[in-house]
Amino acid sequence: MAVAAEKAWVSGTPKLWTRHPAGARQCPGCHHPIIERLIAEVVEEMGIEDRMVIVAGIGCGARIFPMMNFDGLVTAHGRPPDVATAIKRSLKGRPIVATYQGDGDAISIGAGPLINAAARAEKITIIIANNINYGTTGGQMAPTSLLGQVTSTTPEGRDPSTGYPMHIPEMLATVKGVAYTARTSVHTPANYTRTKKYLKAALQKQIDNVGLSLLEILSACPPDWRLNPVECLNFIQDKLIPEYPLGEFKNVDSIA
Amino acid sequence: MSTTKAAEKILVQGNEAVCLGATAAGCTTFFGYPITPQNEITEWFARELPKRGGVFVQSQSETGSINMLFGGAATGLRVMTSTSSPGWSLMQEGMSCLANAELPCVVVLVQRAGPGQGTTRTAQTDYLSTTRGGGHGGYKTIVLAPASVQENCDLVQRAFYLADKYRNPVVVLTDAVIGQMAEPVEVTTRDFGPVPEKDWAIGGKETRQDGQRRLISCGQGQIPIEPYTSFTQLIEALDKKYKAMALETGYESYLTEDARLNLVAYGYTARVAKEAVVWARNKGLRVGLLRPTTVWPFPYGAVNELAQGGSELLAVEDSLGQMVDDVRLGAEGKAPVHFLGMLARQGISDAAMILPGRVLEEIEKLYKGD
Repeated sequence: MAVAAEKAWVSGTPKLWTRHPAGARQCPGCHHPIIERLIAEVVEEMGIEDRMVIVAGIGCGARIFPMMNFDGLVTAHGRPPDVATAIKRSLKGRPIVATYQGDGDAISIGAGPLINAAARAEKITIIIANNINYGTTGGQMAPTSLLGQVTSTTPEGRDPSTGYPMHIPEMLATVKGVAYTARTSVHTPANYTRTKKYLKAALQKQIDNVGLSLLEILSACPPDWRLNPVECLNFIQDKLIPEYPLGEFKNVDSIA
Repeated sequence: MSTTKAAEKILVQGNEAVCLGATAAGCTTFFGYPITPQNEITEWFARELPKRGGVFVQSQSETGSINMLFGGAATGLRVMTSTSSPGWSLMQEGMSCLANAELPCVVVLVQRAGPGQGTTRTAQTDYLSTTRGGGHGGYKTIVLAPASVQENCDLVQRAFYLADKYRNPVVVLTDAVIGQMAEPVEVTTRDFGPVPEKDWAIGGKETRQDGQRRLISCGQGQIPIEPYTSFTQLIEALDKKYKAMALETGYESYLTEDARLNLVAYGYTARVAKEAVVWARNKGLRVGLLRPTTVWPFPYGAVNELAQGGSELLAVEDSLGQMVDDVRLGAEGKAPVHFLGMLARQGISDAAMILPGRVLEEIEKLYKGD
């Protein structure tokens, strides 16, 4: 299916999405700016900007933090769940704390902090932009890379000796401390809208003090995928979604 | 007859004194992970903080603790973690990030013998990794070195003050002996003067009057944010700060003035060395002790004065030779610097330690009189 024919996704600019030199470093066709914009819209629509804190890890996603007109941090690689935990608890649950991490950050180097934050039922929201490779460093294999995927560290294509793609929302749905997990994408307007709905649901779980909430967003990386931005949209539709199905995997109002 | 009411003293363990000092300094947020020989600290906070309306989190690792410390410090609260040597290794990336992000916090390191898992017993083998910035990137941290249970209580309070003053992590370097022994302590809240306001703290725009956002980054110098719009600006600011920190030297001089041989020691070996100095004095030997209470900045000037004054120097430390390098730097070749280290431990089990008798032996061997 050619999704490229759809146009005019959005108009106007959310007031919480600010201009910053960091934004100039993002590549054409990258989905990080789309997700940033989406987060800004959601925070604005929910009216929570005065309590909002965004905690970024390391990678292209780190550039989010000066782009949002609310409190933000950059932490060590993979450690946003630890930092978010401490902010939330130190301030006695008052701020609304979300992490923004890539798949390398959250699922590879940061798997330990993430799973333990989930086990402790931390009242935080994890947002993962999954672009199935290490974008910033030039497109190396990630735990999320597809079998057969050519990356700079799997030049012949990823084979099972390097492991299999990891499905974090499905895995964390089995953890008691988790209130909400979902996977979504922003490659079509309909999916953009659904992502906003899911993100609102995830943040609401935190506001309602239920447990940890997590949203994985499939995200294009044109230079490292060696595809143009339009080809990326089709790649997400045809190759990524079959491996990484979209939808909610857990949505509970109480974890007790 | 008038009597002066003696200050009330309580008998507590060194590790517990750390907690009492931290509490006196207003620390009500603690992140920790079990490791011997510091467990009493983590357990004390787990027990006491909930009662006092504070926050205790047991992390999943020391890497977790130090990154939680990052988050807690970012809120502007006085926050602390503690660990022992293997955990200290795991914290190095976090220390480097705290230094870059300029977040004030306190880390208490109760040393045990290394390398690897080493032992769970006492040693002083983490001097270099604390005083030289054990993580990457060439940052500096003030390192305080208590030698008694009372000093554990007092120097932890000073650590919080210095952390706030310089917006930098501060390390309190103790060891299993100081941490595990019990002594009478007077818990007094120390007043070191005002500290800068934490106008930079995060927590949501609602937490501040100007209603503006705040940003905190361990990548200062890379993504340009206030106050540093370039890496050069960052390193110039850090250099200025580290030079100011380097003036915070602390030490105790014990009978150094007329001494022909001065011992230099910190932590538990300073107590052992002091005992040996007393014994040597009783034998008529003019021996003294210089005890750094800050090991970074190291009291180079005080060592240099002793060396210039014609005294030889003997570094006593429970390692294969770490602090002795600083003694040599301080002496600037003006006096011989001798070393008594880990190989002088008495006993062959992991519970062995350097004892005063062995130090006295070394003093007698080296002492040249007038």
